[in-house]
Amino acid sequence: MELTTILFYLFSLITLGAAAFMVFSKNIVHSAFALMFALIGVAALYVLLYADFLAATQLLVYVGGILILILFGVMLTSLGYTFNFKTVTVNLAPASLLSATAAVLLIFAFVTTDWKISEIAEPTDTVYDLGMLLMGDYILPFIVAGVLLLIAIIGAILMSTHLSAENREGV
Amino acid sequence: MTQNLLHINPIAILVHAAIPLVIILVYALVAIWAERKVAGFIQDRLGPMRVGGWHGWAQSIADLLKLIQKEDIIPNDASRFLFKFAPFMMFAASYAAFAVIPFSSSYIGSNINIGVFYLLAVTSVLTLSIIMAGWASNNKWSLLGGMRSAAQMVSYEVPTIATVLTVIVVTGSLNLMTVTEMQSGNDILGFLPNWFIFQNPFLLVAFVIFFISILAESHRVPFDLPESESELVAGYQTEYSGMRWAMFMLAEYADMLLLSLLGATLFFGGWNSPFGDFMSGPFWSFFWFMLKGLLLVFVMMWIRWTLPRYRVDQLMHICWSILIPLSFINLVLVALWEVIF
Repeated sequence: MELTTILFYLFSLITLGAAAFMVFSKNIVHSAFALMFALIGVAALYVLLYADFLAATQLLVYVGGILILILFGVMLTSLGYTFNFKTVTVNLAPASLLSATAAVLLIFAFVTTDWKISEIAEPTDTVYDLGMLLMGDYILPFIVAGVLLLIAIIGAILMSTHLSAENREGV
Repeated sequence: MTQNLLHINPIAILVHAAIPLVIILVYALVAIWAERKVAGFIQDRLGPMRVGGWHGWAQSIADLLKLIQKEDIIPNDASRFLFKFAPFMMFAASYAAFAVIPFSSSYIGSNINIGVFYLLAVTSVLTLSIIMAGWASNNKWSLLGGMRSAAQMVSYEVPTIATVLTVIVVTGSLNLMTVTEMQSGNDILGFLPNWFIFQNPFLLVAFVIFFISILAESHRVPFDLPESESELVAGYQTEYSGMRWAMFMLAEYADMLLLSLLGATLFFGGWNSPFGDFMSGPFWSFFWFMLKGLLLVFVMMWIRWTLPRYRVDQLMHICWSILIPLSFINLVLVALWEVIF
């Protein structure tokens, strides 16, 4: 077997195993760290597909940003920093029905689609083309995403200043 | 140029990948000794003098042998897997980032064209490993240290990335090898090397902001809040002993070197000789590069034994109210300078 294939199966195994652990773990902080392994595994799969920019973005945004915020949020809740933070299972029947349906649909789509393997040479400069596309063909979605993030930031600042102003009046 | 390393002989890959590791290990032994000597001389005393003869040069080796013999203590209530895993993940993250550092004109671990972006992405995993260590220890001081470190690193990543971006605006390339090659030659005022620090005044401002931010990112005084001994025992390292603690120290010194080398590449011409073609070539370029990096490391040590520590609120104020606005204004000014000249 080729080295690339072995690496692919290794990282797929890590991703799937970590994802399963994340779902079934009873400790919310353990789940968060399992999510980290799953995200890193996906980043490694991107590298195997020659999408190096996407892999680095995955690390920077999901692992270095969102996951740290999740952990921060979990640890700042009153029970987050102890080991007593247990999760409970609710809505077992509808949830398993929904996920079973989703799984069946995905497998059906996978089996019935006629997958074509493209024989394009590996891209040598991913960032340049990506930048050109973002600033050219996809400039509108890019700007809309930027405005959305700006609105979110302003909203967060407004909410926090509003709360602290109320607290000050209470004192 | 993306090379597909997977077709090359595995042993060649291993040797290629081990070069930065050897550099880090030798550097760490020297740097830990040097830090104690610098501390000693700044405080008007001698520092370690006994082990090995001349100025106690073998002190770090003796310390390492001592650490290997120590018991690996794991607290009863710790989360065992995460507790054991955290130091290795921290070192792996800082070691992986060395892959894109051009050590010499003929050696770079991986010549990928997203270079510095990859470096910033991989080092963001460091924060997670510190939170992991802090939480898994199940200790108040460790957790507080971990939380402080998360807040600090997430905040200071913004000015670091903004200042790195100012250099990228000038070069137009993320590949650190290309960034270095663009700084070859001695044309400024007839004799100064073409380093970015001399090229325009706003890049000088960018370097000052960058240096302050990397001090905070590598947890050096005056920003060593995650492990401030006088209030948090040793922060996230409190429960660690023996080789696991040594891994943390190694990762921390590796991180210092990594960020200093990044600074040397972005602002001080990387492996370019300051005298043009004189003393250039693969070996001399390695020499100049390490000299520049180690000088920045020395400045970090100098600052550590000179300045007191900031409070948490002062740390956040410096970052969000001063460094971030300044770095963004500076980014716009550099872009304008590039458009005009």
